[in-house]
Amino acid sequence: MNRLSWFNVTSLTLGFAFLYLPMVILIIYSFNESKLVTVWAGFSTRWYGELIQNEAFLDAAWVTIKVAVTSSTLATVLGTMAAYVLVRGGRFLGRTLFSGMIYAPLVMPEVITGLSLLLLFIGIGLDRGVLTIVLAHTTFSMCYVSVVVSSRLMTFDRSLEEAALDLGCSGFDAFRLVTLPIIAPAVISGWLLAFTLSLDDLVIASFTAGPSATTLPIKIFSAVRLGVSPEINALSTIMIGIVTVGVISASLVSKQNSLRQQRDEQAAARTA
Amino acid sequence: MTQTVFAPWDDPSKKPLIRFDCVTKRFGDFVAIDDLSLDIFEQEFFALLGPSGCGKTTMMRMLAGFEAPTEGKIELAGQDIAPVPPNKRAVNMMFQSYALFPHLSVYENIAFGLRRGDMPKNDIDDRVGEMLKLTRLEKFARRKPHQISGGQRQRVALARSLAKAPKLLLLDEPLGALDAKLRQATQFELMDIQEKTGTTFVIVTHDQEEAMTVASRVAVMDEGRVIQVATPERIYEAPNSVYVADFIGDVNIIKGTAKPSGSDRYEILHTDGQPPFSAVSETSFSEGQTCHLAIRPEKVSISADRTADADNAVQGKVLDIAYLGNLSTYYVELPGGQVIKAQTANTRRVSRRGFTWEDSVWLSWTATAGVLLAE
Repeated sequence: MNRLSWFNVTSLTLGFAFLYLPMVILIIYSFNESKLVTVWAGFSTRWYGELIQNEAFLDAAWVTIKVAVTSSTLATVLGTMAAYVLVRGGRFLGRTLFSGMIYAPLVMPEVITGLSLLLLFIGIGLDRGVLTIVLAHTTFSMCYVSVVVSSRLMTFDRSLEEAALDLGCSGFDAFRLVTLPIIAPAVISGWLLAFTLSLDDLVIASFTAGPSATTLPIKIFSAVRLGVSPEINALSTIMIGIVTVGVISASLVSKQNSLRQQRDEQAAARTA
Repeated sequence: MTQTVFAPWDDPSKKPLIRFDCVTKRFGDFVAIDDLSLDIFEQEFFALLGPSGCGKTTMMRMLAGFEAPTEGKIELAGQDIAPVPPNKRAVNMMFQSYALFPHLSVYENIAFGLRRGDMPKNDIDDRVGEMLKLTRLEKFARRKPHQISGGQRQRVALARSLAKAPKLLLLDEPLGALDAKLRQATQFELMDIQEKTGTTFVIVTHDQEEAMTVASRVAVMDEGRVIQVATPERIYEAPNSVYVADFIGDVNIIKGTAKPSGSDRYEILHTDGQPPFSAVSETSFSEGQTCHLAIRPEKVSISADRTADADNAVQGKVLDIAYLGNLSTYYVELPGGQVIKAQTANTRRVSRRGFTWEDSVWLSWTATAGVLLAE
């Protein structure tokens, strides 16, 4: 291995500092005893204790999780179906239009998506609440799922599906028993993507949330407007912790899988 | 004792298992199969042979049900199969890529087709066991496809496609991914399994040696048409066209004009000022008709002196020698500039070889050695 030169060390330090310094400061101040955010008054876990007592935050967190799970599941089902039709459907009337339109929400400004959904819900007289947030999140995260799944389907060996048909499967069975299990990793990462998008969406949620339901990002944003409280720091630290654990365990699992795959293949080559 | 020869194609009372009846298949403007008619009989090991893009894979996909003919019809056991979807056909296919399901074990891969019917669980177990035994895969039943070698994967694919006991098994370049040694062993294994199960096999290949080894009959295809259908021996010894002669094995083609010199004898005038070659031909040619004399290199013998009683003898100069180990091919240039290949078995060590570059040699062959072809 080459030793790191001073130049590399410097750029590495600067890069990481740029990325993580704000978060590190946030985490440090979440353990601040003082109520004033900018004054350090000793270590304490007091704000974590108060956070657990705070009904409004807990409600918002619960709503956020409910919305994220439901909308990402719906988006995964719809997005996978759309991807399958786009990749496998062959040529049908309006295919180009459809495939262009499914990606449109990716580039559409969120404000416009949010506004149009708001107008729709008002137009059809739907009371704003959990249901409207779920619908809105499903709408915009579905296209992300279909992008992820369709890129997997494009490299999918079609002869696997043909083999399933050849062995007596109906079209749906071939999808259920062969295609879906094989593309499952892509479907799962599509779900995770949709889940994350829903979890941290502020703009669209503010348009579609009503007085009966508020998500965590909206709650944090409105709380911060009244002044940053150490409680918010504690809440953010918990969220950073959850995300970090999730990312690290996901990469560990995938690394282990690829190692096992490699070992198996080597073993197969030896016994051949 | 006379042995009955397996040749249902010569028996007019036999009904073919598969009948292509004036089948045409177009993809847009491209004609993949061009008005093709062909019969394949039960228990045959039938090879579709041709260069890539000749339509052989399209024919196979039409049999499997993944493509439908644009015109004409395909019959399986007397029934038009066009309206039958692939999952309802008594036809199974072994894919070129093997198409093993990566998320299922070897056992589950083989059982996959059986589980689609209403077969009792015990019977499925027995049948899979039988297939594992046939393909010598008992030890690997619990492994996943990525945990076994290429040759084993090939056998899993074969076992899976045979498990449902199809009337017809389609094999799409089944040995393409195997190395030469394994390929040869597997060819014999395939023949053995075909004989044991009595299933009709249709194999698609671009490897002429493979087709010759395994098949009871070979169809040589080019640009969506069948050029010749015959047993491997007939294809090699009696090709019906220059294309077939050239596609199968090595051949010398001498172009000339025919001049009848007996009931079925012809003299072929090939180069001005050179003596004509003589050849025997079953098909008749008129005086002055353009013809091609096709002679296999191994039927041309090479010697230092003129062979006394040869029908054809011609002197030339050794231009090149291709040493293949067991054989040597001599490229001999005739006075007219034509190069003829002559092949001899290296029964002696190379150091004792009689000829070398620039040597003057005599080539000779009999009148029946070559085939006279119109085009």
